[in-house]
Amino acid sequence: MILYFLSLALFVMGLYCLVAKKNIIKKVIGIVITEYSINMFLILVGYRDGGIAPVLMKGMDNSEIAAGSVDPLPQALVLTSIVIGLGVLALMVSICLRLYEKYKTFDMSEIKRLRG
Amino acid sequence: MEIFLLILTLIMVIGSIIAIETRNLLSSVISVGVVGFCLSIVFLMLGAPDIAITQVVVEILILVILIRATITTDNTSIEKHKDTFAVVTSLIFFGLFLIFAFLAVQEIHQFGDPLMRVSQKYLADGAKETGATNIVTSVLLDYRAYDTIGEATVLFTSIVGAFVILRRRGRKQRKEKDVEKVGILDDEDIKKDFGGF
Repeated sequence: MILYFLSLALFVMGLYCLVAKKNIIKKVIGIVITEYSINMFLILVGYRDGGIAPVLMKGMDNSEIAAGSVDPLPQALVLTSIVIGLGVLALMVSICLRLYEKYKTFDMSEIKRLRG
Repeated sequence: MEIFLLILTLIMVIGSIIAIETRNLLSSVISVGVVGFCLSIVFLMLGAPDIAITQVVVEILILVILIRATITTDNTSIEKHKDTFAVVTSLIFFGLFLIFAFLAVQEIHQFGDPLMRVSQKYLADGAKETGATNIVTSVLLDYRAYDTIGEATVLFTSIVGAFVILRRRGRKQRKEKDVEKVGILDDEDIKKDFGGF
């Protein structure tokens, strides 16, 4: 219960960083923290007490996994989400570098002021 | 078990507070690294070794990309002026969000007792139907393969976007250069074909 709440607190911290900070690299870091918290929340929801990883070892029966494994479905979806997060981060950082090349600053308000 | 998870999550919370509030961008990026590696240990303890491995690899790549963004630029420290209105309103609304999140967390099912209606079938029949001993792989590449196709599409699009944004040569210059190199068109043809260029 407290673990769910702490992961949601991480989510709120990432959102705060995204909204209130001026530096665009800080905004990118806020998005990364938000992603981490959501991935952690989904994996926490799929955990079973004393559960094993959903992998068939040697000499293990199929029913053994069905009775005692953690939920494999959120794991598969979170795996997708982690890799997509990396691609989106590469896109965001390249936009930030381009903005730095043009305006010589990372500050959001400076970039707004220099336009036009 | 739960105590270790709690300690790791608290380390993650402290690391993200440092990452958000520190003035130096490089230390901020390194604190994000602390959060990510703690997250990979959490995944390992929660019975998800595949995701733990992926998280370690992706975390290293994220650190490389972010350090590339911060270290080659001059002003790595942040100026001091702050938008007080944005800070105060976001703190109020996020406090409200946390209160409602606390109430909502009471209602969903307990930690350690998951709701496994769909994945019970995957666990029972996965090895028989797909032949994969790792059930996560059988979900990823057989039962939900369209999801993986979508992932590959998003990844391809974002990498192409990053490449287009970061490339040096503009489009106009390249066209002129091609014409010069091949030498088929002379000046009048260029004027006729490309008009204002």
